Amino acid sequence: METEKLNTVLFNPLQDAKAKAEIDAILEKNKDKPGSIMVILNELQNTVGFVSEELQQYVADYLHTPVSKIHGVISFYSFFTTQPRGKHIIKICLGTACYVGGASQLIEKIKQLIGIGPGETNADWTITVEECRCVGACSQAPVVVIDDEIHGRVKPSTLAKLLRTITTEEKIA
Amino acid sequence: MAYFRSHVLVSNDPAILKEGGAEVKDALLNEIRKNKLSGEVEIIDTPRISDGKQGPEIMVYPEGYHYIGLSAADIPFLVEEQFLKGRAVEKFLAPTPREKAQELRAPTPKEVRVVLRNCGKINPENIEEYIAENGYVALAKVLTECTPDDVLAIIKASGLRGRGGAGFPTWLKWDLTKKATGSPKYLICNADEGDPGAFMNRSVLESDPHSVIEGMIIAAYTIGASQGFVYCRAEYPIAVKTLNIAIEQARNYGLLGKNIFGTDFSFDMEVRKGAGAFVCGEETALISSIEGKRGEPYPKPPFPATQGVFGKPTNINNVETYANIPQIIFRGPEWFASMGTEKSKGTKTFAMAGDVKQTGLIEVPFGITLREIVYDVGGGIKDDKGFKAIQTGGPMGGCLPSMYLDLPVDYESLTSAGSMMGSGGMVVMDEDTCMVDIARFFMEFTQAESCGKCVPCRVGTKRILEILTRICDGKGKDGDIETLEMLCSQTIENSLCGLGKGAANPVISTLKHFRSEYEAHIYDKKCPAKTCKALIHYEINPEKCVGCTMCARNCPVNAITGSPKQTHVINPDICIRCGICKQVCNYEAVVVT
Ligand SMILES: Cc1cc2nc3c(=O)[nH]c(=O)nc-3n(C[C@H](O)[C@H](O)[C@H](O)COP(=O)(O)O)c2cc1C
Ligand code: SF4
Ligand code: SF4
Ligand code: FES
Repeated sequence: METEKLNTVLFNPLQDAKAKAEIDAILEKNKDKPGSIMVILNELQNTVGFVSEELQQYVADYLHTPVSKIHGVISFYSFFTTQPRGKHIIKICLGTACYVGGASQLIEKIKQLIGIGPGETNADWTITVEECRCVGACSQAPVVVIDDEIHGRVKPSTLAKLLRTITTEEKIA
Repeated sequence: MAYFRSHVLVSNDPAILKEGGAEVKDALLNEIRKNKLSGEVEIIDTPRISDGKQGPEIMVYPEGYHYIGLSAADIPFLVEEQFLKGRAVEKFLAPTPREKAQELRAPTPKEVRVVLRNCGKINPENIEEYIAENGYVALAKVLTECTPDDVLAIIKASGLRGRGGAGFPTWLKWDLTKKATGSPKYLICNADEGDPGAFMNRSVLESDPHSVIEGMIIAAYTIGASQGFVYCRAEYPIAVKTLNIAIEQARNYGLLGKNIFGTDFSFDMEVRKGAGAFVCGEETALISSIEGKRGEPYPKPPFPATQGVFGKPTNINNVETYANIPQIIFRGPEWFASMGTEKSKGTKTFAMAGDVKQTGLIEVPFGITLREIVYDVGGGIKDDKGFKAIQTGGPMGGCLPSMYLDLPVDYESLTSAGSMMGSGGMVVMDEDTCMVDIARFFMEFTQAESCGKCVPCRVGTKRILEILTRICDGKGKDGDIETLEMLCSQTIENSLCGLGKGAANPVISTLKHFRSEYEAHIYDKKCPAKTCKALIHYEINPEKCVGCTMCARNCPVNAITGSPKQTHVINPDICIRCGICKQVCNYEAVVVT
């Protein structure tokens, strides 16, 4: 586990042949589009999982744009992250319906079950917990999104079963 | 030939086999054999049944039960229930597509489906099914029989107004862009739908994308645009995917691209994704974002119609606005104008959430009253509690109390009542909702989403939030209400864009209609709705507690002690007032004071 963790922390997509080829393909495909920066950053975030400072510099050089401009865009939008996240992402919706429907209780329960709260990643880099804005599934509130899959009407008592799909943490099994 | 009573599809996808699928299959074969069912139940290997994200899965026919998330240990029970006793095992059943689509129910008598008419009825990934529902007939008519001015006249006669919130007459906006000089001209569909609690646009994009595409092509023809963008929020990956499939199919059918329907009109479009910034729903911010910049609003004029994306004339409308267009052309503007009120024609979709019995997507003609929406369409308040307020217009809207229940819903009446139409989020709140907390909640949202470009919004929302938080925390002071009122009016007056201008609305409307609740928090240190954590306590009523230990086992911070069959006690110093104990107690022994 320890080495895996180190690998995730030190993972530099620009030094990894496969990842770098993907990055170059994204840049090449989109570089001449009007408004390309958003398109490229969105695709990089999706493929690589984060846009580190080094990667921002790389993009800037490629597009012949000052890196400050890239950084300005990255820092404006909440979807872009500059650091790697856990293998699985749990998002707790804090939109109106979910908030009224008890999202804060779910957060407490998640803290109890896996020991981390919103904005945190667990020690072995398997899970990151985040809060998110309304995902548009309000009629099923409260909603938890696990790796892009929406789970509705989650109760503190049913969370453990849900989390079983992504973790083997003892308290959940 | 052997006759099997049941057929079981088992996924032989390598990834799933590795994740325990192999063991599940072995266990299944074993159990079938053990129960002497080998002659009755046939096991069939199959590639993935679903997307495979839900672990080992099987499909049982003829019932069509789809079991997911199985492990080998679950199989004996499953085989016994399913094949010996013939009962479905609920806990492993995958949610059916119907359940997933339950946000759109069969319409109640007061609903009229125009925008949502195809949703759930056609396969969004098959253009043929849209065409079979008279899809692209309107476009054919427009391109072969109408001049752009004819189209403008039709849209004008229909009375259609923008569904993105402000209700600007659609024909007028089109006319401005049509008359603007500059080329190329662009067309944008605003699919940023950021209001928490609103998902009407997502539903249309995911279940009837071609209606939006057709509407956009007609608009493009009218104003002379050659390139379109759908700006869709990143939170909607399925909508993006569905749209991309639909655009590709439309292109293959010659409905997008060069010389559409053999005319000299050419138009193409692409989807651009947002990245999680609410303010990008505001049109100038959205334009900046498509240009690849920070999504900050800029002052108007210049209006997008004259200088929009990349400095060119740009028409921008909401998803629902475009989705109405083909129907207006196909069925005629008179039909459309026959629905609604004098100034608001047609229908409006709302996403109803909160404490009503039937939450979900609805579409109603303008002019319907809030009471009809809550009680006839929504089925009334959950658990037959009392109605307290309805919030419309999203984070920039307002909360209306019961005295407004008979208000006919249209753009003007909602605004004059102190709320607004917005894009269609509607949250119904019952008597247990704390209005100060709701105001704080919306302000937290707006404050976090303020782009920070202008000071009144950036600082104003922050200061208002501080005071609201203080009041909810039981630290409100004399004079706080007056300070709030002053800050609200300053933020409204001096902010640059609609976000700052609307940010204070939830506070103003709750202050106006629920002032006594603010006062109870500030002067009596009480939260009448028993919501604000700092002002309430959880206790266990010894008369009712049977000592089942349920609460103690579920309390996330172990604040509850007690031995089995003995009265349990909550330690108020440890209790974080999450309310889970109250939820899990089957004896109503946990009380809030
Ligand atoms: C803060 C803010 C957020 C907005 N969000 C949206 C949105 O999510 N969707 C939308 O269509 N319009 C939104 N609008 C309104 C747009 O600026 C614009 O008026 C609308 O897209 C015009 O389309 P329509 O004429 O079809 O209504 C927002 C406005 C503001 C000020
Ligand atoms: S009002 Fe708020 S969101 Fe709008 S421009 Fe000003 S700071 Fe940005
Ligand atoms: S759940 Fe209810 S009945 Fe059971 S121990 Fe707790 S308070 Fe008592
Ligand atoms: S509020 Fe959570 S999905 Fe809309």
